Amino acid sequence: METLSLHYDVSGDDFTNAGEASGKIKRTLKGLGYNVTAVRRLAIAVYEAEINMVIHADGGVIDALVTPESVTVTLADKGPGIPDVELAMTEGYSTAPDDVRMLGFGAGMGLPNIKKYADEMNLETEVGVGTTITIKVYNK
Amino acid sequence: MDTVFHSVKLDKEKCLGCMNCIKRCPTQAIRVRRGKATIISELCIDCGECIRVCPHHAKSAKSDPIDLIKNYKYNIALPAPSLYGQFNNLDDVNYILNALLEIGFDKVFEVAAGAEVITGATRDLLKRGAVKKPVISSACPAVCRLVRISYPELIDNLLDLNSPMEESARLARKEAIAETGLSSDEIGIFFITPCPAKITAIKSPLTSEKSDVNAAIAISDIYPLLLQKMNRIKSPEKIEEAGKTGVGWAASGGEASASKCRQYVAADGIENVINVLEEVENEKLNDVEFIELNACTGGCVGGCLTVANTFVAKTRLHNLKKNLAKSCVRIDVESPFDELHWERPLEPHSVIKLADNVTDSMHLMNQISEMLKNFPGLDCGTCGAPTCRALSEDIVRGYASIDHCIFRLKDKMANSPGFDDEEIEDFMPIPFRDTNKEEKHDS
Repeated sequence: METLSLHYDVSGDDFTNAGEASGKIKRTLKGLGYNVTAVRRLAIAVYEAEINMVIHADGGVIDALVTPESVTVTLADKGPGIPDVELAMTEGYSTAPDDVRMLGFGAGMGLPNIKKYADEMNLETEVGVGTTITIKVYNK
Repeated sequence: MDTVFHSVKLDKEKCLGCMNCIKRCPTQAIRVRRGKATIISELCIDCGECIRVCPHHAKSAKSDPIDLIKNYKYNIALPAPSLYGQFNNLDDVNYILNALLEIGFDKVFEVAAGAEVITGATRDLLKRGAVKKPVISSACPAVCRLVRISYPELIDNLLDLNSPMEESARLARKEAIAETGLSSDEIGIFFITPCPAKITAIKSPLTSEKSDVNAAIAISDIYPLLLQKMNRIKSPEKIEEAGKTGVGWAASGGEASASKCRQYVAADGIENVINVLEEVENEKLNDVEFIELNACTGGCVGGCLTVANTFVAKTRLHNLKKNLAKSCVRIDVESPFDELHWERPLEPHSVIKLADNVTDSMHLMNQISEMLKNFPGLDCGTCGAPTCRALSEDIVRGYASIDHCIFRLKDKMANSPGFDDEEIEDFMPIPFRDTNKEEKHDS
């Protein structure tokens, strides 16, 4: 089966370029003729996760695996990890510092939005080690 | 019906095949082939950037000559509000409107008046919540075409109301038929246009079968005629109908502020338009009610068929507005206003995808990724495509070949009998020479 792999490095604390990787994944999927709604859902979810990496984890790596049926994006960082996942998944809960909020980020909608737009989402986190989020969206 | 009409035309004699237009085209729709620019029709949104940037004036718009008024018994001029900003020391728009009559038009219908009708309808729709938010203005035809090819998911956010031009034409025709008793065919409606996108919207409309406008005259073409007549007018008859609200549409922010939304965004310049659309697609602007987008910097006054400097024109408009009423009577639009809505929906136009099915597209995309590893990534444009990626896409689509890249041509030469690597390095232009050999050859 034909697959397509994409890889991006995301640098931390770079709000100017945050969203670049999710933008590139979005354009790639559009070029493939992926279902437009699926592209949009994935783009929103990955954008949120990418922004989280920039805010909380000093960046990380993004890998996307595309098949004709689905796209799976893995975002891995070596950041502080999430102590209370359930709390972090609550709408409006945010640990973003004030300077980040001043930029319009950190509304506490990141993880809830990822869950909302992804068909499947997996979150592995360990305090002091890092966080890996996997987002899967089906091409439909 | 999807016609391939475009209002941008190329004068092959003047085109040198330089890289200026291919680099500036927002949809990467231009390639240089055999020394001449060629437009990939499906990708062109008629924004006019190439007309603006061509240093050799090889690109122009297919506007209509004023002589066409001879074909009709009754002619109506539809001046775009951006026309008002073109004249120095003008304190009364009636000079322009009277001059249009002297040129030979029987009637003038201000597009600014049509704009106020659309403003009225927009306010009503927003108030009733009868639109998907954020609402994206559909007045700029280049923006509509961009959404249709690059952001099809946002089509539902476009305001499905006639453009001020189309609405003005519809009202003007209706009124003229009633006043003159002539048939529709005998009435000629001429839009005085600031841009080529509007010409395309007339010749090949997206949301109706046929435009109510018969022809488009470029502001730059009619400008000298108007100046002549305006200089001779002593006291113009008052025929102005539109107010500040409609005239304000000529500059970026005019439509959005007239919508009376608290949360609005007005972006102008095609790159900025693209940035905003990306944000809407990422749901970053969900708390915004109304988004005005203009492909040209400054809004319609920045159109490439205008004469005056964009920012000078903006100030002139601002000053002119001081002498105008707030709005005309037409602004009170009562719903339902079915006639103001698009005749048919805007259809997406999928031209970006590489192949008809995802598997084939992925196969091509993998080929592109492999190919990109062998291209220098300079986006120099010497292959005739704007970027290395665009060249790769052209190659997998079968429109170009690898040796269109000057670097890959170098490899080909190196493998040809009679050349060695050192010699070939000498043939390369300085920016393209190998960095490691710089000192030896850079003399």
